[in-house]
Amino acid sequence: MSTLVNAAPEVATSAPRRARLTAAKRRQYGAAYVLVLPFFLIFVAMVIVPLVYAGYLSFFRKRLIGGTSFAGVENYVKALTDPLFLSGVGRMAIFLVVQVPFMIALALFFALALDSGMMKLAKFSRLAIFVPYAVPGVVAALMWGYLYGPDFGPFAQIGRALGMGPPPFFSQTGMLFSIMNIVNWSFIGYNMIIIYAALRSLPSELYEAARVDGASEPRIAWSIKIPAVRPALLLTVIFSVIGTFQLFTEPKLMATLAPNVIGTAWSPNLYAYNVAFVNQDANYAAALAFLLGIVIMIVSYIVQLSTQRKERSS
Amino acid sequence: MTTAGPATATAVQTDLDESAAPGRNPARQRTSWLLTIFVLICVGYFLLPLFWLVVASTKSNADLFSSFGLWFANFNLFENIKNVLTFQDGVFIYWVINSAIYAVVSAVGASFLSTAAGYGFAKYDFPGKAVLFAITLGAIMVPIAALTVPTYLLFARAGLTDTYFAIILPSLATPFGVFLMRVYAADAVDNALIEAARVDGVGELRIFFTVALRLLLPGSITVLLFSLVATWNNYFLPLIMLNTAEKFPLTVGLALWQSTAAGGSGSRALFSTVITGSLLSIIPLVVAFLFLQRYWQSGLATGGVKA
Repeated sequence: MSTLVNAAPEVATSAPRRARLTAAKRRQYGAAYVLVLPFFLIFVAMVIVPLVYAGYLSFFRKRLIGGTSFAGVENYVKALTDPLFLSGVGRMAIFLVVQVPFMIALALFFALALDSGMMKLAKFSRLAIFVPYAVPGVVAALMWGYLYGPDFGPFAQIGRALGMGPPPFFSQTGMLFSIMNIVNWSFIGYNMIIIYAALRSLPSELYEAARVDGASEPRIAWSIKIPAVRPALLLTVIFSVIGTFQLFTEPKLMATLAPNVIGTAWSPNLYAYNVAFVNQDANYAAALAFLLGIVIMIVSYIVQLSTQRKERSS
Repeated sequence: MTTAGPATATAVQTDLDESAAPGRNPARQRTSWLLTIFVLICVGYFLLPLFWLVVASTKSNADLFSSFGLWFANFNLFENIKNVLTFQDGVFIYWVINSAIYAVVSAVGASFLSTAAGYGFAKYDFPGKAVLFAITLGAIMVPIAALTVPTYLLFARAGLTDTYFAIILPSLATPFGVFLMRVYAADAVDNALIEAARVDGVGELRIFFTVALRLLLPGSITVLLFSLVATWNNYFLPLIMLNTAEKFPLTVGLALWQSTAAGGSGSRALFSTVITGSLLSIIPLVVAFLFLQRYWQSGLATGGVKA
């Protein structure tokens, strides 16, 4: 995350003379390690070790006869040609080009609307849009699942009353949008608050002159405010990319309502779960998890790179 | 910080309400009714599921099916709550307690670890600092959920699955919290203050505990709240790690009830129980969130403005 590194504060201690370690310096090193190490111990145990272990497992196979043996890249070859895994990744790619831009655009729009000072009830609106973030994904999926539902879902009730029958929330394509809607509902507010906070911290001199010159509010938003909050936007996009590829809760809960539509591999994470716990194939699941991680890293990196290039060229 | 610009942590402690932003006078703008009405319609969308949840929680199972979903029927809320609390020998109460334990212990731990590490990174120069911080930042992008399956396999070997540790330990590692606290500590704790304490002969760690910690508290509370929500809402990790119903958090328990309810017409009676349980499960966080919104927003401000 090069942008994050650049933003990191400068070293705060007084300019160190590179001569020899004074006693004070040594004491400070010691203190720094004592402060940083507890986090790092947990971090290594809970992030690095599982990562390495997943990598290790992914190069083995386990057979009922013959036990565990080295498999080389067999699991990876299998994953890259596994239609179930690839279809899940493809679905997440659709999310990435449809749901994520839609979500960020709406979040940006709400943030700009709240920041423009042109709204009544702005504080109430801000809270109401953000409140779904406090609702667990399980409950969000559960509520929307019942709302979509053909039995007592209000949409189905309205549809029936109008003589049209229930809307196809649980059809093959319908499900894609149904789940996109749950994710949007949960996270638009969260992203809005990140962008809104960035907007609030802009000094008003930045656009007061434009306002005096008669620039319209949308024009100010487009030409001044949006470029100024680009770092915040990048943060929301990267978090969304990471979140999208890890989608699990929503399809898992929808699977109980529409098992045939969701299947075992609707999202890559759901597939890895099913491979590990239903098929009991830890080695293949590890390879899937590892590949998924690599895909996420690559996409986040591309997102960062493309925005940096834009910044340089502008 | 070398650059004192709009992106300083002054925003961190600023309440985001209109009145608190100096030099800004949004009230001067003419109200746009078109914009207001459009946003309020969208607000209706965000509140709709919650409104439905409240309405549906007051209905008996039969009324769920026979009455219109978005309006009240016979008031059955107390009966529903009784069912939630007594179903399966009151296992719901275990779930509430478990969720609270998982969330509070993880959040306090993660917040403390992040605060100490963030302060260490911000205020000290030490060998290996650049590498360690780069690893921490890189880990923000590591998909934690993708790590859950390997973590489970490791925990299974160590005999840690189906214990409280299986949920708490992985929730303690929050690289983003360290990043936030480093940014926060850089501005919140004055270097002159640290130097003055040093001149007075105060030890480095005592400076942290007696001088810095108090100044870092607003940032720490922000990290605490975020870890609290993340752990309270986590589903994937406890689903994988736990087998015993008495150790489940609310998320896993409710999802279990939901699948039982969907499982067959014989257990139809469960729908109102699942719905009322969902309502009860979101009340603590929604209330905490409304009362502590200053911290949420300022925390997000630090991340968003500084990143």
